[in-house]
Amino acid sequence: MTQQILFNVTNGLIIGTFYVLMALGLSLILNLSNVINFAHGGFLVIGGYIAYTLTPYVGFWGALLLAPLLTAAIGIAVEHVLIRPLYGRDPLYSLLLTFGLAFMIEDGTRYIWGAQGKPVTIPDFLAQPLSYEYFFITGYRLFMVIVVVVTVGLLFALLRYTRLGIRIRAGTLDLETVSALGINVRLLRSLNFAVGIFLAGLSGVLAAGQLTLEPTMGTNLLMPSFIAIIVGGIGSLPGTLCGGLLIGVAAGITAVLVPSASEAIMYVLMAIVLLVRPRGLFGEEGMMT
Amino acid sequence: MSGKAGTAGTLRKLATLAAIWALLLLAPYWMPPLGGYTALGTRVLVLALAAMSVNFLLGFTGVLSFGHAAYFGLGAYGAGLALKHLTSSTPLSILAGMLLGGLAGAILGALIVRRRGVYFAMVTIAFGQVFYYIAFQWSSLTGGDDGLRGFSRQPLDFGAFSIDILSNDTAFYYFVLFFFALVTGAMALILRSPFGRTMLAIRENERRARFLGIAVERHIWIAFTLSCFFAGVAGALYALTNNFADPRGLHYSQSGDFVMMAVMGGMRTFWGPLLGAVVFVVLQDYLSSLTVNWMFFIGLMFVLVVLFFPRGLLGFLGTRAKA
Repeated sequence: MTQQILFNVTNGLIIGTFYVLMALGLSLILNLSNVINFAHGGFLVIGGYIAYTLTPYVGFWGALLLAPLLTAAIGIAVEHVLIRPLYGRDPLYSLLLTFGLAFMIEDGTRYIWGAQGKPVTIPDFLAQPLSYEYFFITGYRLFMVIVVVVTVGLLFALLRYTRLGIRIRAGTLDLETVSALGINVRLLRSLNFAVGIFLAGLSGVLAAGQLTLEPTMGTNLLMPSFIAIIVGGIGSLPGTLCGGLLIGVAAGITAVLVPSASEAIMYVLMAIVLLVRPRGLFGEEGMMT
Repeated sequence: MSGKAGTAGTLRKLATLAAIWALLLLAPYWMPPLGGYTALGTRVLVLALAAMSVNFLLGFTGVLSFGHAAYFGLGAYGAGLALKHLTSSTPLSILAGMLLGGLAGAILGALIVRRRGVYFAMVTIAFGQVFYYIAFQWSSLTGGDDGLRGFSRQPLDFGAFSIDILSNDTAFYYFVLFFFALVTGAMALILRSPFGRTMLAIRENERRARFLGIAVERHIWIAFTLSCFFAGVAGALYALTNNFADPRGLHYSQSGDFVMMAVMGGMRTFWGPLLGAVVFVVLQDYLSSLTVNWMFFIGLMFVLVVLFFPRGLLGFLGTRAKA
């Protein structure tokens, strides 16, 4: 029993780290640009498939480095051409556009790479379980968690200590003032979007090594990321981080007790949080209204 | 001068209205020669009704719900379950669908009316998905992934005579059109009432409306609830159209389609969503017969409409007419 619970909690944490990476990217874009990026899952899939395509040439490590960067580059292009014209308008439009874009990416990847799941080969030493007793903790899973922890650490450092990060945070609070202070808001939004998409691409590469790579993979991870943001509190990145881990672990534990409710628990959590604390766990008053 | 323009405007409005209803009433006669079929017309009506319910909120209160498929789908399950277990009356099953969708909307609406803008959209999506998962997981009641089967619409029994809406497509079209007229009539009446004017005031300037002493949250909640009732009727009709209800009808991608129909037709106009639904359904029907990658092109359509026709077809035509 202990082992089973541990197994599911670990699973939950691993899934939670995906949610966290996805949700942090979504959150960044939502906070600064007021855009709900429905295509975020699509970018995750693009990252995964780029890694799949690159692995034979540059190996897993090369793909891990290159794929998120290439995904971010695609993200910048998309932002320039499609999303930039919508910034001044009702958020409805960017939502609808990215919603359509998600369809295009899903069908496009299916057209290019096929509907069948694709495996991404991970280095042998990572595929081994660390011990027989805890067979489920493979090197790869540990590695994933380390990558996510390092990435999230770097992201928070970026936001706290670099000029770009400080501007992003300031823009989240009051974009007009930031603009009036002479900061190029267009560039800021572009870079911020790129960071968000980089995170999606990175989760795509990591997911490709763990789950099978499918065109619908991103869509499936999108809704939990939304919930992570709502539970954590819109506008708060630490909130998003905790929200993602929380719903991941909750889903993992529920999977032991009531397997059929493991998905529903996320929604239950969300409803409870919205009832008890409408702004979310870490949300600031007024951010959500 | 202004009086004359006013009369001309009223006349033009009346003429448009007459033309719309004439087209709808005669659809079973002019559609087949154009290559359509009556069932396609029924589908358009049902989805248009759902899109108009979304637009009742989006276009006239300025609040974006991206989760209306949930109430639409609940309407479908409500009607289907009622027919399967409770009643053999088709109109009663519609009532059941409407109540299920509307009451769920009333309860959840109370939780979300304080949010605005993207946050409102986001919370409506997430709550909408709750019902998708319930429909998906509770297979003993809903049939799960396979959908709810084992019910069919029943002939209308008027005592002296009965109308066969099950096997006669044309009769069923008129049955749906009757409910379409009822619901759109109710919408139009509400929008003309003081309550409807208040909705417009909130859309135009929420802060000012608040300063005028309007209980904004309560008005949005009522508008949301009403629109969920309307969506519930549409969903019930959808279940009757297919004699089937499935969880995908509750999924947020279905909500996206409704919002798209409203935007594509023109969300600041009453009849825009109907036009949007016509274009959307016909295009989807055509594309899916043409290519397996039709989803790509539907997505492309979303992108193009947003970039080039953000005010919708009617909005676009309106601007042209004024210029």
